Amino acid sequence: MHELSIVSSVVETVMESLAPYPGARVVEVRLRVGALSAVIEDSLQFCFGIASEGTPVQGARLVVTIVPVVMHCAGCGVDVELKSVQSFRCPQCDAPCFDLRQGRELEIESFEIDDGLETTGGEEIGVKA
Amino acid sequence: MTTRIVELRRGILKKNDELAAGLRERYAEAGVLVLNLVSSPGTGKTAFLERTLRELKAHGARVAALVGDLETDNDARRLAASGAPVRQINTHGICHLDAEMIDKHLAGWEGVELGGLDYLFIENVGNLVCPSSYDLGEKIRVALLSVTEGEDKPLKYPTLFNSADAAVITKMDIAEPCGFDRELALRNINEIRPGIRIFETSSKTGAGMGEWLAYLAEERSLRG
Repeated sequence: MHELSIVSSVVETVMESLAPYPGARVVEVRLRVGALSAVIEDSLQFCFGIASEGTPVQGARLVVTIVPVVMHCAGCGVDVELKSVQSFRCPQCDAPCFDLRQGRELEIESFEIDDGLETTGGEEIGVKA
Repeated sequence: MTTRIVELRRGILKKNDELAAGLRERYAEAGVLVLNLVSSPGTGKTAFLERTLRELKAHGARVAALVGDLETDNDARRLAASGAPVRQINTHGICHLDAEMIDKHLAGWEGVELGGLDYLFIENVGNLVCPSSYDLGEKIRVALLSVTEGEDKPLKYPTLFNSADAAVITKMDIAEPCGFDRELALRNINEIRPGIRIFETSSKTGAGMGEWLAYLAEERSLRG
C-alpha cells in the first residue's frame, strides 16, 4: 500500500509544474506504470482522490497506461515481451532472461489543464485545444 | 473550456532516486558495502541479521545496522546485543523505508561514520511489495523467504524477487517438519530471477552462514 505515497508525489510534481499556468485547473493526469512496478491501478485511483483533495488537481481524471515487461534475450539477440511476470523466460526460445529493458516504469507522462483562457461566458460544452 | 496538454515525462519517484544515487556515491567513497534486507513480516530478518552482525564482528569486521519498523525499537534493542551500533527508524505507518529516511538517520548517528564501517545493513519494514519501489542506494538487495512461507512467494511477489541481488532462505532447521519443498522453492526463485545467488540458512544452527559470510567478503572486496 505505497500507492498513497506514489500519488502524493504525482500531485506534488504536477502542482510544481503548474507554476507557469496561474489559475489553471488540472483535468487529467496520465501515468505510465510498468507491469513490474508493484503498484495496483485501483489503489492509485482510490488514493488519487485523497491526495488531490483541496488542490488544483482535485477532480482530475487519472489515466494509467500499463507498460509490459520487456527483456533482452541473449540467445535470440532481440527484446522480447514477457507474457506474464511469473516466468522470466524468453517466449521464443524458453531460455532464462537476465536483462530487463522495460516494465518498472513509474512515470508521469503528461497532464491536461484548463487554464481558464478563451472561455466564453455560460458555455458548458468544452472543446479540446 | 479550452484545455492544453503539458508533457512531463518524469519519474514519479525521481526525488527518491536522486537521493539514493547520492547515497550510493557516499557509500562507495566511504568503502562501505550496503545491503537492504527485504522480506515479509516474520521471515526472520532480525534473527538472520543478529547472527550476521555477531559473526562479522567476531571476524573483526566493522558493522552497523539501520532497522525499519512501523513502531517500537524492539528490533534495534535485539540487534544491539551483538555489540554493533544499531539505529531504529520508526516509519509511523509508512510501509517502506525511503532514501530520505536513510539520509536523515545516517546524519547525527552518534559514534558512526560511514568511512569507519565495512558493512552497513538496512533491515527494511516487513513487506514484500512496497520496499521494491524505493532505492536506498544499496549495493545488494537481499530478498528473504522462510521455509514456513509458501514456496510460491517469488511468483506472488515477482517485483521484489526480480529486483533482488541475492536470496536467503531462512529457518532451514525446521524445513522438514514444515514440509518445505526445497526444489520447488529454488525453482521458483530462479524462474523470477534467473541465476540469482541463493543461500539456505538457519539463524538458529548457523547452517549456511559460512557461505553467506564468504559472499559478503567477496562482494566487499569487489568494491575496491
